[in-house]
Amino acid sequence: MANEAEETVRKLSMHKGVAGVIVVNGEGIPIKTTLDNHVSVQYAGLLSALVDKAKAVVRDLDPTNDLTFLRIRSKKSEVLVAPDKEFILIVVQNPVD
Amino acid sequence: MEKPEKNEITYDYGPEMCVSIPCNPSQYKNYILRNPVHVAVQNAPNMSENWVNSTRAEYTSSGINHVEGGWPKDINMNDPEATQRYRRKIEKDDAYIHAVMHLGHSMEHNILQNNAVDMYQIYYSELPSIPPVERSSCHTVNVYREPGARRPVRSLSWQADGGAKLAVAHADIEVLNTRSLQFSYIWDIDNANAPELTIKSPQPLLDLQYNPRDQHTLVGGMLNGQVGWWDVRKGGDPVALCPPHVAHRDLVRNVLFINSKTGAEFFSSSPDGVVKWWDTRNMNEPTDSMIIDIVKLPNDTQSIEKALGISALEYEPTIPTRFMVGTETGLVIGANRKGKTPLEKLPSKYEAHYGPVYALQRNPTFLKNFLTVGDWTARVWSEDCRESSILWTHSHKTKLTDGAWNPIRFSLLLVTQWDGCLSCWDLLRRRSAPIVTAQLCDEPLLRLRPHERGLLVACGSSKGTIYLAELSQNLGTADKNDKQLLTHILERENKRERILEARMRELRLKMRQDRDGGQAQVNETDPTTNDRDLEEASAEYQQRVNDLLAQRKNN
Repeated sequence: MANEAEETVRKLSMHKGVAGVIVVNGEGIPIKTTLDNHVSVQYAGLLSALVDKAKAVVRDLDPTNDLTFLRIRSKKSEVLVAPDKEFILIVVQNPVD
Repeated sequence: MEKPEKNEITYDYGPEMCVSIPCNPSQYKNYILRNPVHVAVQNAPNMSENWVNSTRAEYTSSGINHVEGGWPKDINMNDPEATQRYRRKIEKDDAYIHAVMHLGHSMEHNILQNNAVDMYQIYYSELPSIPPVERSSCHTVNVYREPGARRPVRSLSWQADGGAKLAVAHADIEVLNTRSLQFSYIWDIDNANAPELTIKSPQPLLDLQYNPRDQHTLVGGMLNGQVGWWDVRKGGDPVALCPPHVAHRDLVRNVLFINSKTGAEFFSSSPDGVVKWWDTRNMNEPTDSMIIDIVKLPNDTQSIEKALGISALEYEPTIPTRFMVGTETGLVIGANRKGKTPLEKLPSKYEAHYGPVYALQRNPTFLKNFLTVGDWTARVWSEDCRESSILWTHSHKTKLTDGAWNPIRFSLLLVTQWDGCLSCWDLLRRRSAPIVTAQLCDEPLLRLRPHERGLLVACGSSKGTIYLAELSQNLGTADKNDKQLLTHILERENKRERILEARMRELRLKMRQDRDGGQAQVNETDPTTNDRDLEEASAEYQQRVNDLLAQRKNN
């Protein structure tokens, strides 16, 4: 099973344009990362706060609803954030030339 | 009893008398008993109250930058081995594996989606860019209703230096028999609920103008010919009014501040044909006056009987000794205050309209050109061209009531109409029709005044309501090329009129020569010999017939 998880992360990072994959736990610690430590720590800290906020927004608007996915499109890259109960999966993808 | 002090002070000599004043019975005479006697006695128990505010707990809110995750207590996050071990432990966790497997699926979908669709592609980049469509518009942003009455607006004036105050004079000349006072108002444009100040004038005000040099003072002209001034800091009552015996003999239609050192001088005009200058510091008599009567010969004196009633007044602070008046007979007369003889005083005359000139204003940028509104047209004139205006609107179906240039976009002229429309004519865009016509209300609009900044226009209606209209950006701002373009247009039209003028002069001269030559043959006994109109008409007819005959011969 552990190998399968490893395999999933590897497969994601192999995709075209993907610059990095980070798995963050509920405490904001990057558990698994393909990026540098300080970059992943920054992503983990900032995005876990954003996910909490986004979750609060969705739930405040409709208590029966829940956040499933978050895409942050910027000038240089797109950050895809998939939140779960305990973990957050973050993928940074650069535009395809 | 108290015990004596332990260390008593002992003196080695006895008491000594310094002075002794015995009673003096002769002073008893001077003794006066006080009557009445004021003595205060407090019988009730003394009470007082005192309270103290205890010190408050002070709160501050501050944020912390939390970038490193919340590690468990027993793990030193600076130790890479310990953190690595912790990470590996979680990676073995079932929850972790499930989460990654579960999330990885949807994530892959989104990555593939991004790769399938080029998310940063710019569409239609190869197409030529289309110039943005210009949208000119004009819409009402606020409406100020006169409290308690529906009297026509007689004048509007914006506070100087881009202020947000608007002085409005109301006067209903139909209800003069009633004794009630007719007030005018100053509005703050941010508050449409109630006017900021009520200007209490003893007679209805027909004009009320802010001082361009002082935001607090105003001058007004009243229905009975008196003029006065107000200071808003002192309230709505007039500070000073001129005495009735030196006032105008008719109503005061216009007042305007002039460019003086003190900023306290103004002048007024009236349908009685006289212009009077005043100083607000001494309102007992006018400082100067001028009769608007055009004399034919240099030696004639101007008389008030023949004076032309004034309906519009124009003053440009940069040409301080000159001004212009529009008369009730449709003339525009340029005047020079410093002139010695009547001819010098009124050097120029333009036959502008068939009826009273309702509005007269120099262009804020092209001072040689001015706008007049009268009968059913608005006309733009050049000072060089005496015979005819250089640009004019078509004759409208409704009466035009007032007009003004936009102070920023100097090519835009704004005209109010009797049918409640505000029309904006942009000389640079289209000269055959207004660029925008906005129906602000159903009742006639009587007065308009654009704000200094160019985007807002206040329009007053015959029912005492002020409509604040906002122009779109392209109608309230000027491009750097606009000045040059408008110069070209005005110059071209001026040249055209001058050529026409010269041609007309030539024709007239020719006609006169023809007439002088043919006069000898006219029968002396004809009773119509001395009728100049008939002579002119027959000469013109003869001219036309000759022309036609000559034309036919040539063909």
